[in-house]
Amino acid sequence: MSKSSLKVAAGGGLLDRRSFLLSGLALSSAHAVASSQSSLGESFPQWMKTPGGADLEYGLPASAEGHVTRQLAENTPETSLFSMWHTPIEKQRGIITPSGLHFSVNHNGVPDIVPEQHQLLLHGMVDKPLKFDIESLLRYPMVSNIRFIECAGNTAQNAVSFNPLNLGCQELFGQLSGAEWSGIPLKYLLNEAGVKPSAKWVIAEGADGGSHSRSIPLEKLMDDAILALYQNGERLRPSQGYPMRLLLPGWEGNTNVKWLHRLEVTDKPAYSKDESGLYSDILKNGKIQRFSFPMEVKSVITHPSGNQVLPERKGFYEISGLAWSGRGKIARVEVSADGGKTWAQADLDSPVLAKSLTRFRIPWQWDGTPTTLLSRATDEQGRVQPTRQQWGDKYASYSFNHYNAIQAWHISRDGTVENTYV
Amino acid sequence: MQFRRGISLATERLKIPMSKQCALLPIFSGLVVVLFSAFLQAQDINTNLGKDLLQSEIETYAITVFPDGTNLPLGRGTVVQGAALYKNGCSMCHGSRGIEGPAARLVGQDGWFSLTDPLRVLRIKQYPILLISVGGLWPHATTIFDYIRRAMPHHAPKSLSNNEAYALTAYLLYRNGLIDEHATLDRQSILNVTMPAQARSAFPRGSDFVIE
Repeated sequence: MSKSSLKVAAGGGLLDRRSFLLSGLALSSAHAVASSQSSLGESFPQWMKTPGGADLEYGLPASAEGHVTRQLAENTPETSLFSMWHTPIEKQRGIITPSGLHFSVNHNGVPDIVPEQHQLLLHGMVDKPLKFDIESLLRYPMVSNIRFIECAGNTAQNAVSFNPLNLGCQELFGQLSGAEWSGIPLKYLLNEAGVKPSAKWVIAEGADGGSHSRSIPLEKLMDDAILALYQNGERLRPSQGYPMRLLLPGWEGNTNVKWLHRLEVTDKPAYSKDESGLYSDILKNGKIQRFSFPMEVKSVITHPSGNQVLPERKGFYEISGLAWSGRGKIARVEVSADGGKTWAQADLDSPVLAKSLTRFRIPWQWDGTPTTLLSRATDEQGRVQPTRQQWGDKYASYSFNHYNAIQAWHISRDGTVENTYV
Repeated sequence: MQFRRGISLATERLKIPMSKQCALLPIFSGLVVVLFSAFLQAQDINTNLGKDLLQSEIETYAITVFPDGTNLPLGRGTVVQGAALYKNGCSMCHGSRGIEGPAARLVGQDGWFSLTDPLRVLRIKQYPILLISVGGLWPHATTIFDYIRRAMPHHAPKSLSNNEAYALTAYLLYRNGLIDEHATLDRQSILNVTMPAQARSAFPRGSDFVIE
C-alpha cells in the first residue's frame, strides 16, 4: 500500500483508524544457497542448535525484559512511611497488568500475614455478627471481573507543578493498573449477617501495621464490590492484600482496602485518617471536598510517551494508549496530533468493559515537525476529560487528587517526547 | 453454603453434594435445565459458612472511634505529657514543630506557603505530602486519637496506652491553637474541640450516598 492511498483523519498526520499500515521494513527474499557439504547449523543461531534449558515451576519474564519493573516514586522509601510503587504502563500492551507489576501504595509497608490465622470480622449494625476464615471463604460463589485500580493521586505532579516536569509515563501515570479480580460479592456476606435497615456505611479495615481504614457507603458494597481473593487467576500477591482485599470497582485506590480483616456496619462515616486529609480534595473556594470516591474519565497515550524517542523522522507510528472511567465504559477516545486543533477518533480494542482499562489505537504518519499529541476520552455517561485549565478552575492550586485532565506529550524535531501543558 | 429453594430442594431430594451438581446437568431434560437457570437468576444466593463472632472478640478488635465519641475509651492525658512523648517519639519524623516533615504535616494550615517556615517551598518539593496538614484539613479531633492509637509511632503501631494517645492528641490540638497549654483531654473533653476544617467540608454533588 502506498502512502498516498492512506486516508487522512485529522491534522498532524493522523490517519483513518482503519488504515492498514506497512512499515518501511523491506522483507528480504535473499537466502543462502546450501551446498551438499554444509549442515543446517552453519546458518542457524546458537539456540536452534542446542537442546533448551529446563523450565521453571513458576515462570519468570525473559531476562532481557528484566528492566520492566515497578519503580518507587521519588523520595519515597522502600518499606516504611509512605511507599508508592509505579507500574511501567508505557512498556505494556493490552489492558491487563501482570500481578507483579501492579502498582501499590503502602502506608505502613506490606504485612506478613499467616493466612490460617487471618479472619474477616463482620459486625456492627447486623443481626448476627460473623467471622470468616479463608478455608470457608474459598467455598463461596465467586465472580470474576476485569477492573482498573487508580490511586487518587495518580498524575498529581501535573496537578500541582506550575511548569511541566520532565517525567515519563511510569512516573506520571504509574499509579494505575488493570487486572482480573475474582472473589465473593460482598452482598453475600452482608446478607448472611443481616444488615439492619438503618445502616448506611461500612468501615473497612486492613490487617496492616497502621490498620488502614476507610468508610464506605453500604450501597457500594451491596452493588458491585467484591472480597477479592484472586488476581489474574492466582491468589493475591502480598503487595495486593494477601490473603484478601476489598475491590470497589471504579473507586479511588485507597478505598480498596488491602489485607481486609474487619467490616463494621454503621449509620455514619468514621472520618478515618485518610478520608480526613490526604484523600480529600481542596477546592478553589477553600472548601474541602470529602468522600469523592469515583475516579473520573481519563486517558493517556502510552506509545509514544514522556522520555521516549521516536526512532525515525517522518515515520509511520501507531499511537496507542489507555482510557478508563470509574463510572462505566469508555464510549470514545479522540486523539490530536496538532496540539488540539483537530481531532480524530481512535479505535477501541475489544473488550471495552465497565470500570476497566480500555486500549485505544490510531495510526499516525509523523511529518518530522515538532508537534503535540493529546488524547481525550469520553465515557458512556457523556463525561469528557477536562483541559488542565478547566480542572484547575475547580481545585486549589495545591490540590492533587483526582486529576484527570487531558494529557499532552510534546514531540521535538529530534523525536524526543516530553510531558507538556496545553 | 446453600442456594435458596430451587437448587437446594433439587439437591436435597437427590442427596447429591453441591460439588457434584454440575456433573448432573447433562442428564436433566432440556426443560429442567431451563428452569434451573431461571432459578439461578431469580433467587438470591444464600450463604451460611460464617461463624458466630463473640462480643468479647468485637470488643478486642473494634478500634474505630467515631466523631460523635462512639468507642472512645477511658483514659486521659495532658498537653504537657504529650509534649514530652512527642519530643521523644514523634519529632524525628514530623519535625520539632510538626511542620518540617518528612512525615505528614501536623500543624498549621494547608497550602503552598507558611509564614513560619521560609523553607517550606523547598520542603514541599522534596515531600509533597507537606502540602496538607492535620490541623488544616481534619474535621474531627477524634480522628487524631483514633489514628495515633492504631498506627503511631510508625515503627511500633498500637504500642501506646490510651492515656498516651490522649496526651499526644492534646499536644497536637494545643500546637494548632485549639486547646489551652494546661488542658487535659479525655473522652468527654475531646468532644468539645471544634476543628476549623469542619466548617470547610464539602461533599460531591449528585453523590449517591448520604452524609450523616
